[in-house]
Amino acid sequence: MSEHAEHAHPNYVKVWAILVGLLILSILGPMIGIQWVTLLAAFGIAIVKAYLVAKNFMHVNVEPRFISYLLLTMLALMALFYAGVSPDVMKHEGSRWAKPDWVAAAAAPVAETLGEHGH
Amino acid sequence: MIPIATTRSVTGIPTGRLAVWWVVASEIVIFGGLLSSYIMHRIAHGAWSHYAAHTNTWAGGFNTFVLLTSSLSAVLAHKASVENDGPKAARLLGLTILGGGVFITVKAFEWTHEIHLGYTITSNTFWSFYYTAAGLHALHVIAGMVIMAIVANDARKGIALHRVELIGIYWHFVDLVWIFLFPLLYIAK
Repeated sequence: MSEHAEHAHPNYVKVWAILVGLLILSILGPMIGIQWVTLLAAFGIAIVKAYLVAKNFMHVNVEPRFISYLLLTMLALMALFYAGVSPDVMKHEGSRWAKPDWVAAAAAPVAETLGEHGH
Repeated sequence: MIPIATTRSVTGIPTGRLAVWWVVASEIVIFGGLLSSYIMHRIAHGAWSHYAAHTNTWAGGFNTFVLLTSSLSAVLAHKASVENDGPKAARLLGLTILGGGVFITVKAFEWTHEIHLGYTITSNTFWSFYYTAAGLHALHVIAGMVIMAIVANDARKGIALHRVELIGIYWHFVDLVWIFLFPLLYIAK
């Protein structure tokens, strides 16, 4: 039997209701049409929902601390990957390199044609 | 005989649960790498908002609701297993599998519609990311449903109830991945 039996179970239905409420906010928020509200509704709420699921459904908070460290290490590796690779993707030139013209052309706004081959 | 994964506790938690956490850790790198790549390309290519405008927010939102609800039934199954109520845990796992089935069905209709409109995995890089990320996630949903069916069958007979929690941790992680996929693919337009 799991040692998780030793901790009190939260009110799971209440947690689910909060998650559904946050989901509704994340859908309605972007309809206002303000960019920062959209970003907050989309990603800020996603982080809050992820925290609620990890804490209340996955019970990360009652696991030994090394489990949290393990998961955070993986997130740090993800951040390291992003930091290392994103300049090559997001910049068009550096100190000793420049992307060819066709790459910049592909990144330009697309025409209305659907399914065209552009980046 | 009690399986070693049920009782061995060198690290302070049963080996089976430790194994699931290792799976989750490796999945963070897999999905993290994919989503990081998507985010950096999305920021670099403003034109992608043109493509993202064609994803169906209501279908994505409904599927998010379905997965959140299936996570609720999974964690209630875990609670039932802790109370040694195998049949109840099995029924709740059955509801979770049903949620996974609804999710996959909605996704199938969604993809069929998009493919008919001409948006395929080879259309451009946005749609390549869209089908790869959502497809990889859907494969995880299907894998979870299969494993959950096996666990539920045992739980119904009162066998290996600790596995209810283990498959639950995996399922919640699949839910977590979708929580981030939803705004990336359906909201940020």
